[in-house]
This record gives sequence, C-alpha cells and structure tokens, in this order.
Amino acid sequence: MANNDTTTDTPIESTSKVDLTGPKYWRSLEELVDSDAFQEEVTREFPRLAIPLAGGVDRRRFLQLMGASMALGGAAACTRQPLEKIVPYVRQPEQRIPGRPDFYATAATLGGYAAGILIESHEGRPTKVEGNPEHPASLGAVDLRTQASVLDLYDPDRSQTLTHLGRIRTWESFVDALSTNLGAQASTGGAGLRILTGSITSPSLAAQLASTLERFPQAKWYQYESATRRSATLGASVAAGQPAEVHYALADADVLLSLDADFLTQGPGSVRYAKDFGRRRKAFDSKVEMNRLYCLESAPTNTGSIADHRLSRTPAQIEKLALALAAKLGVAGASAAASSNLDDAAKHWIDVVAKDLQSHRGRCAVLAGDQMSPELHTLVVGINQQLGNLGSTVHLTEPIAARPADDLADLRALVKELEGGQVQVLMMFGVNPVYDAPADLDFASALQNPTTTFKVHHGARADETAPYCQWHIPATHYLEAWGDARAFDGTTTLQQPLIEPLYGAKSAHEVLAVVLGTPGIPGADLVHDHWIGQLGSEKAWRRAVHDGVIAGSAARALTVAGINSGSAATAIASRPLPSGLELAIRPDPTVWDGRFANNGWLQECPKPISKLTWDNALLISPRTAAAQNLQSGDLVRIESGDRTLEMAVHVQPGHADGVVTAHLGYGRTRAGRVGNELGFDVGSLRTSDTFWGAPVTLTKVGTGYPLASTQEHFSMENRHLVREASVEHYREHPHFAHEVAHEFGPEMSMFPPHPYEGNAWGMAINLSACTGCNACVVACQSENNIAVVGKEQVIAGREMHWLRIDQYFTGEDFGDVEGMVNLPVPCQQCENAPCELVCPVAATVHSDEGLNDMVYNRCVGTRYCSNNCPYKVRRFNFFKYQDFVTPSLKLQRNPDVTVRFRGVMEKCTYCVQRISQARIAAGREDRAVLDGDVVTACQQACPTEAIAFGNINDPEAEVTRWKQQDLNYSLLSDLNTRPRTTYLARINNPNPALEDHA
Amino acid sequence: MSQIFHPSTNTISRVSIFAVVLTVAFAGWIAAALDRSAIVTRKNVILEQPVPFSHDHHVGEIGIDCRYCHTSVETSAFAGLPPTSTCMNCHNELFKDSPMLEPVRESFRSGQPIEWTRVNDVPDFVYFNHSIHVAKGIGCTSCHGKINKMPITWKAESLKMEWCLACHRDPAQQVRPREEVFNVNWDPSSITDVRRAELIDEYNIQSKTSCSTCHR
Repeated sequence: MANNDTTTDTPIESTSKVDLTGPKYWRSLEELVDSDAFQEEVTREFPRLAIPLAGGVDRRRFLQLMGASMALGGAAACTRQPLEKIVPYVRQPEQRIPGRPDFYATAATLGGYAAGILIESHEGRPTKVEGNPEHPASLGAVDLRTQASVLDLYDPDRSQTLTHLGRIRTWESFVDALSTNLGAQASTGGAGLRILTGSITSPSLAAQLASTLERFPQAKWYQYESATRRSATLGASVAAGQPAEVHYALADADVLLSLDADFLTQGPGSVRYAKDFGRRRKAFDSKVEMNRLYCLESAPTNTGSIADHRLSRTPAQIEKLALALAAKLGVAGASAAASSNLDDAAKHWIDVVAKDLQSHRGRCAVLAGDQMSPELHTLVVGINQQLGNLGSTVHLTEPIAARPADDLADLRALVKELEGGQVQVLMMFGVNPVYDAPADLDFASALQNPTTTFKVHHGARADETAPYCQWHIPATHYLEAWGDARAFDGTTTLQQPLIEPLYGAKSAHEVLAVVLGTPGIPGADLVHDHWIGQLGSEKAWRRAVHDGVIAGSAARALTVAGINSGSAATAIASRPLPSGLELAIRPDPTVWDGRFANNGWLQECPKPISKLTWDNALLISPRTAAAQNLQSGDLVRIESGDRTLEMAVHVQPGHADGVVTAHLGYGRTRAGRVGNELGFDVGSLRTSDTFWGAPVTLTKVGTGYPLASTQEHFSMENRHLVREASVEHYREHPHFAHEVAHEFGPEMSMFPPHPYEGNAWGMAINLSACTGCNACVVACQSENNIAVVGKEQVIAGREMHWLRIDQYFTGEDFGDVEGMVNLPVPCQQCENAPCELVCPVAATVHSDEGLNDMVYNRCVGTRYCSNNCPYKVRRFNFFKYQDFVTPSLKLQRNPDVTVRFRGVMEKCTYCVQRISQARIAAGREDRAVLDGDVVTACQQACPTEAIAFGNINDPEAEVTRWKQQDLNYSLLSDLNTRPRTTYLARINNPNPALEDHA
Repeated sequence: MSQIFHPSTNTISRVSIFAVVLTVAFAGWIAAALDRSAIVTRKNVILEQPVPFSHDHHVGEIGIDCRYCHTSVETSAFAGLPPTSTCMNCHNELFKDSPMLEPVRESFRSGQPIEWTRVNDVPDFVYFNHSIHVAKGIGCTSCHGKINKMPITWKAESLKMEWCLACHRDPAQQVRPREEVFNVNWDPSSITDVRRAELIDEYNIQSKTSCSTCHR
C-alpha cells in the first residue's frame, strides 16, 4: 500500500478525537445527533448484554451456579470419543468419489422464471446453491433468495404426508378420487374443472396443461402471482401491439435510469443485470468506461444505494416525471404540460437526465419497476424506442410465460365462477390465494361455496389455503423433481433433481399426469419425453441436462411496426397526483411474497437499507414521520378505504416524503414454526384495485413495538470507514483515499513480522460495485453452517452473520439523504491482529498463510477477542443456536465446516475449507495454487463481482492488482492492525450538471 | 487466654499444603496418563465388527493392493470403504458358503449396507485428508501400522494431536518414495536421512502446523 505521506512518529490519536472532517457518514438518526443512547450502545461490547436471568436469580444463587459450573466445566470436557459406524455403499455409483462434492446444473424458479444454478452435493445431499457460469441469467452468480432456497428443502415444517380432510391418505387413493371426479367432468367437457397455478414458463408443464385443456375443452387454467410482473408484461404487450416482454442488455448501457425499479436485486433478470452493471463499475480499470445510474425511487433500495444520482419521490410523482421525460424526448402523446405540478428540483433533475440520455442514444436504458403501472411500462418502451435503445440495450421479445395472463383478471374470473357455483373441481398448484389474493376478492369465502366439491391443494406446505381444500398433496422442492423453466431472456433451463423426494412428495408434472389419465408416469419420463422429440437425440438431451440450459432457446425478438405508447401517456397525464399520504405495497426484499416466510436465513438476513430482520415495518420518511408525530417502533392504524391494519413504523432515511412503504410476506399464520405470526399482513390492505398502492391515512395507536434492526449493531464509530469520490476527482487526485486517515508503515510493530513464503491470502472489496444485495451474507451462512438466532437475540445484538453489510448515509440532514454507501465487513484478517494477543488459550492464532485462524475446539468463550476487535466481526454463541436435533437440518450442513456449539467464538475464516481444498488439490498435482483456484463463498455469489480474493504474494493475481490501486484503503488504518481485507474506495460517476444544482 | 491451636497444627498445616499440591499434581498426572492410554485412545484395541475382516489375509497373504478397496485414497479426503460389491467380486466365487461372510452376501442381496465400526476415527473438528498425505509420500503404514499383520483391524497409533504434530513438525521422519507409499512391507531404514531430506525438497513438503491446516 502506498503511504509515502505518512510518518511513523506521529502520536497515535485517541480514536474519539479522530478528526472527522470531510463528508459525514452516518448510519442512523441516533448516530447523526450523537445521542447518549447511541454512545451507551457503542461503548458496550454486546449491547443489552445483561438480559436478566429467568426467574430472578439473586447474587448468591448466581455465584453458586457459577462455582458449580467452574468445578464441573472441566469434567464435562472429559468425554471419551464415542464409537461411530462407518457405512459404505452396497454398489457405489460410478464416478462418485466419497468425500468430494459433485456439482449439478439445475434451475430454481421464482414467479415462474428460472435462475440457472449449480448445486453442491455431498454424497447425494444438496447443500449449497451456486450460480451456473454457463447460464445467461446467472453467469456464475446467484441472488439471496435462490441461495437460501436450499434450506427450504430441509425445512421440517414442509408437509410430509398427503391428506384428505386432515387424515393421512395414500397417493393411490388420491389418484382414484381425482379420476372419479374427473370422470364425472368428462361428460361436460370439464366445464366444472378449474386449475389455478402460479406464473408458468415451463414448456413441459405448459404442454401438459394444453393437453388438459384439449381433454377438457370447457375447463379453464388460471394463473396468479402475488408479486406479479403483470405491469411489465401488460405494458410491453400494449406497446408492441401483441403479447411481448422486455429484457435488457445492460453491458452496453452507458446511462441508466431507474423508475422505482430495483432492477439490480429484484426481478428475474436481476443477477444478470447486476453482473453487467458491476462490470462497468471498475473505475480503476482503464479499460472500463464507467456507466452512470440515475435512480428515481420511493423507498430506498439496493439499486438506489449504488446510484450516481438518486431522487426520492412518490410513485405517482415518478410516473409524472417519466411523462415529463417522455415529453422532453418527444415521445408521441406525451405533452410538456405533464410536469406542471412537479417541484422545481425534480423538474431540473429530469431535464438533466433527459439530456444525458439523449446524448447516449442507443447506449442507454430506462427501466420501470414491476410494481409501477402497466401504462408506465408502455411509456417506458416508448421512451426507449425514442432513444434508439430497442434492439441494442432493450430487447422486446415474445413473452416468456407459457400463456401470458393478467393475474388479476384471472383471479377475478375464478372467484366469480367459484361464487357462481360453476366450479366443481378446483386444482391449485403452488399457490396460496387465501393468504395472498387481494382482500376484496375474499378468496377464502369463495372457496367455501359448497358446489365446489373437489378441491385439491398441491403445495410444499399445508399453508393458509390448504385447510379450505379436501385434498392436500405435498409438492416437491425443485431439488427433488424433474422440470424446466425459462429464464428472463427465455433461455430454457432444465431442472434436474438432486435427491429423491424426502417425504414422498409429487411434482406438478406428476399430478397433471393424473389429470391427463396417465397416472404413474415418473416426472423424469414426463420431462425427458417432452424434450427428446425437440432435441432430437439422447445425446443432446444429456448435454442439455449437464449444461442446465438448452442452447439457443432464448426468446425470439419481436419485430414490431411501431410502438404504441400514446394512450399510456394520456392515461398517466390524466391521473391526478394524490394530495394525501400514499401507501406503496412491495414484495419483501427477503421473504418475497411470503413464500420464503419459513426460511430462517431469509428472515434473519437484514433487509437492505432498513436492516430490519424478522419483521416488516411500515417505512416512512423522517419528515413525514415528524409531521405525523411518529417514530420507529410506534404502532399506527393504516386506513385505506374501509380496510385497516395496525402496523409498526420504521423511520427510514432516504425514503420519499408523502409515501409510506409496506412489504408483503408477513402476518402469516400457517407458514411454519419460523414464519408464523411475524410482522404484519399487508395483504389485508390490498385490493385488486389498489394492488401496489393506495391513498391511506395513519393514526398513531401505540408505541414500543420491538423492531430488530441491525443498523446500529457492531458500530465502528465512523472513523473514515467509507471513502468515496467522483470519477473526475479520482482522476485528478488518484490518492484521495489516503488523505483522510493516518497510516502506518509495515515496520511499526513490536512483534517480528510474519514471514509468508508460500501463499498469503487477501481480499479486496470494490465499494463502487457493492449494491448491498445480501447475496454474500446468505452465501456465507450457507457455506459456513452459520446459525439463525431469532428476533429476540438479534435485538440483543447477537446475530451470527460472519459477514455484515453496513449501511451509511450521507447528507447533512436526516431527512435529506444525499447518498448511500454499502460497506461489507467480514473479518479483516489483520496482520497485527488485536484478537490474537488477548486469547488466553491460543484459540485464535496467526496461520502461516496470514489468516487469523479460529480454533473452535480450543475456544473457552472468554470473549476477550471480540472485545478487542475494532471491526466487531467476531460472533459468540451465547446459547446453543445450532439445531443439533432436527434430522433434516443435519442433512443441509456443509460437512467441511465444524458446526459450532454454545460458548464458542466464531468468525469469517476466508472460507478456509475452500483454501484447504485448493491447496490440497494443487499439492496432489505438484503445482502451486493458481489464481482463481480459491473462490470464497461471498465472492462466488456476488452478482456485481465486487470481491476479489487470492494470493497477495502472487503479483499476477487479480486481488494483487486490485490492492495495488490508489483506491485501496483499509478500515481503521490508524490502529495499525494492517488488515488483509481492504477496500477500493467508492467511485461515483455523477453528472456535473446535477452537482451544481445540488 | 489459651492457645487455640495445638503446636502440632504447624506440622499438619505444612504437610497438608504439600499433600494438596502433590494430590493435585498426581491427579493431573493420572488424568494425562489416562488421556494417553488405550482406554481413551483405543490404540491397539480390537473392536467388534460385523465381519471379521482380516487385512493379514487379504494384504499380507494374498497381496491385494490397498487401492483395490480404498479407491479414493489418492483423490479424496476419505480413503473410501469398499462397497459390498467389491467384496463380492471375489466372494461370489471364493468362500461363497462361508457363514462368516453371510452378512456380506445378505448386504448384497438386500441392498442394505454393512455397518462397520470405525477404527481410525478423528474427532469431527479434525479434517484429515488422505490424498495429500499419499501424494506427499507418506505411506499407509506410517499411520495404520503393520496393517498386513492384523488379523482384525485395530488402531495402530493414538491419533492424538501431539502424534500428528510430531510428523507435521518434522515430516522427514515418515517420508518415503512415492512409489513405496502402498508398499506395506517397506522398510524405513532402506533410505538414508539424506535421501529423506531430498524427498522433502523433491515433493515440496511443507511443515504445516497452522491450526487451520486441520481445524476449520
């Protein structure tokens, strides 16, 4: 690291007096005003540590217990190793090497769209999701929900038996009952048969459904997704004049504008978009021309946090601004009068953006959020066409869904038919409408119409809908069944199972085979037989299964005569701007529409920006909160029409004024032991007319709701932790990242330096690319067997994540956030590690490759190391957080990492198990470990390629190249800890035209 | 006022101080000895197995190579325990009516694996890797002893950490030419210390004693 301008004789300042000049970065209101409560919080190692002992133990009793513990503690360690069984195969599968994981390509779906993934399998147990480098929607990365989906496979709350009226039945009895009921339908052509599914892109399932509709021509197939992409597909279809869908090629986009679109972390193409986006955020690489992202959004999102310019406005205002943009660009039908009732700052902003977009014709892209109106989507297609982006950065293709549907129209029609008594047989596949249908449709009552005599619920768990159906058929997890699905660009992705169904569940393919009168055909054959005809040969099929993708299956581009966006512009223009408070309803950033509610990893994953866990709170801007006299933790009654909901409030810096945001997916009653009774059921406010938002009024009804936000946990007391500059400033002052804090030379230590003759592992994190999407956090949890602790323990500051993402805000005022910075903090692997010096039992020691090894079996739990760690990256098992009992959860664990017990400290090890594997593999082949041999879990998952890892002794390694940059700095360099994990200061690419105005 | 303590108390107190120290030291010594004894380590202890498999017969007398059964020893952390089908390769012809082998045949018929009792078992927080030791010229017998003389398999070494470290600190003790790794009759005295030092260089053997080498 270059630090010529530092001298070693400068007295070390006490940290509290470190000069905090320069831009101010803060994490919360309490920190910004430096309240006493905040000081109290940061000066304690574990805030709220002294959780009172249950039952009011007095001091005498406490001492007795401690004495007994000390006396017996040693004795308990004296166990003789139990005898273990070792069980070989009877016939070992060919090519399987026991003790080495295999990787298989498969597909995970969300809302019907496929994510191309690789699954790590240990002797037949799928344990970890990784991206499929050969899949266009992944390119090797993976988002947090897909990453966490492997836990759902082993969820002990999955339904394990087929039931009829709550009683266990056999599959055969269901086949008989269904066949009998369908037989009765045959005479009417299936007039009383209805099928409700989620959004389906699977070609083989669609073929089965088509056959079903051929067999029962009067039957109907409906689709419903709670977090639907209806607006996007409807909007694109109107624009194209035929069923259509839009996806983007952001690698070539120099300027991007997001209209309340969190496109880097949400939606089927987000991982690919993030890849393409991230590759253009390497300011230090002279070959890379940085892109520029403008973000208009209501609630702060990951995409907003990385934007070069971000403006908070309500969704209604954003639509008007889009219209103003369209008018500026000369989109047909958009008039300049559109922006008359917008504020000046926003008008100026959109003017500048319009100029910038215009000067990058064909090399820019405008994106609208899936929760915006269909009209906005139509208008955005018009804008992109006007900018010459269609065909270059924006692709208009045939629809990806097998049968493009309007979810709301479908559901309305179904409810009407149910109420009208036209439905005798209702089959629901993978949907939970009783929980997530719009409240005005009252799906539960419609289901209770006695004329519907045969109701089947096919789902992974006996959810809210299951009790209303006579039959519940356990559905397979995607790792248990054959299938297929299409990715965001239409690429057909094959889903191969990794394990036999754990509980005898059936796939939708297999249930539909019963409907088609061919029960008993295995899912494998159904999918194989569908494709073998099209692929031509068994060899091609095997190739496709191996790769996970069917080559050349991307959606066909549409050639359209013209884009019809005029009517959409008129529709937006005629919408009045709401005068009062608006509610924006959004899918949850972690548990989505509630389908992941029982997934502990996702529940405990701090939600982007708000850092809330285990809850959905009503997000409200500081100014709006002040106007309503509200603060975080207050309970409000939300009134929307005649619907009300009481909900906790979370004051969110960066949120737009005049709008509040509530996330779906909570308030579930039959999700399972993890997800039940958490948060608030925002769905109860949602009607089919106010699907993504409604005018609301708030009334304060209470205070003191405990919210588990990790935002203030593990504070490092802002000491130049975040460094950023504009790309121009960086070009002029390449050394800027080193001008703020004191740095030491390597010789400044009382201890002799560690020699590193072989490998010396190091990591660099490019803050210019980190969106804070949490994919790394969940990847780390999955790879390293990290425990979930629960809401109470999170409130006590005891979450176990080895890698956290700190959220910093800039701006002089709490209400006006200027920027956001994400700072991922794993263990810094210090060269002069404070933790190592204080461990009385040498349980954390320096390795010969520069890691701060953590030896669990030596740790006695003094927590001195954590106390002495300035980065607050050590996590202590205060209780037995790991589930050592549930058999299915044991299957999930990574066998290469120790499962930690109570009383043990743990922390990031740079995925030392992967290092060992790479070192051993290299040793076997008598070569050195090559750059790229070791990929840490976080690095692998990162969709924006913001993490480099490797051997810093290797001058050719990517990480070495990163660390040689002027941007490279270390956290708390004034402590002379000399971390191995360093950061590349964040470089923004702002538009000077907007800088002046701000 | 009379004395509270009798003069002999002085002696008693002196003796008892030493007695306490000695007792504690003795208890510590006993504990350490116990910990290293076969009671805890099961070194040289014969464990009951479903089939009395004899390495003495298969390796010593017949001369089957280790890798015929332990197939993944060169490629994986785990050396591999032969599937029943490997046993049946020979035993569908040889001793095919032996009652001793009935569990093997039963396993092959029913598809239920044979459950062996694990002999060489390190704790779960230790990640031993066979392949790298084999690749670096550490022979099977270095850890598994004279396996070709074991009519039933027992643990030849304690597998305690001090035992592992003895070699990790000085790998030259146990290194042998790669081609001799699977030779159970190899005589360590057949090469000189000079040759051992050469092998250490040739095979690029490092003395890995960092905790994370084995614990993670």
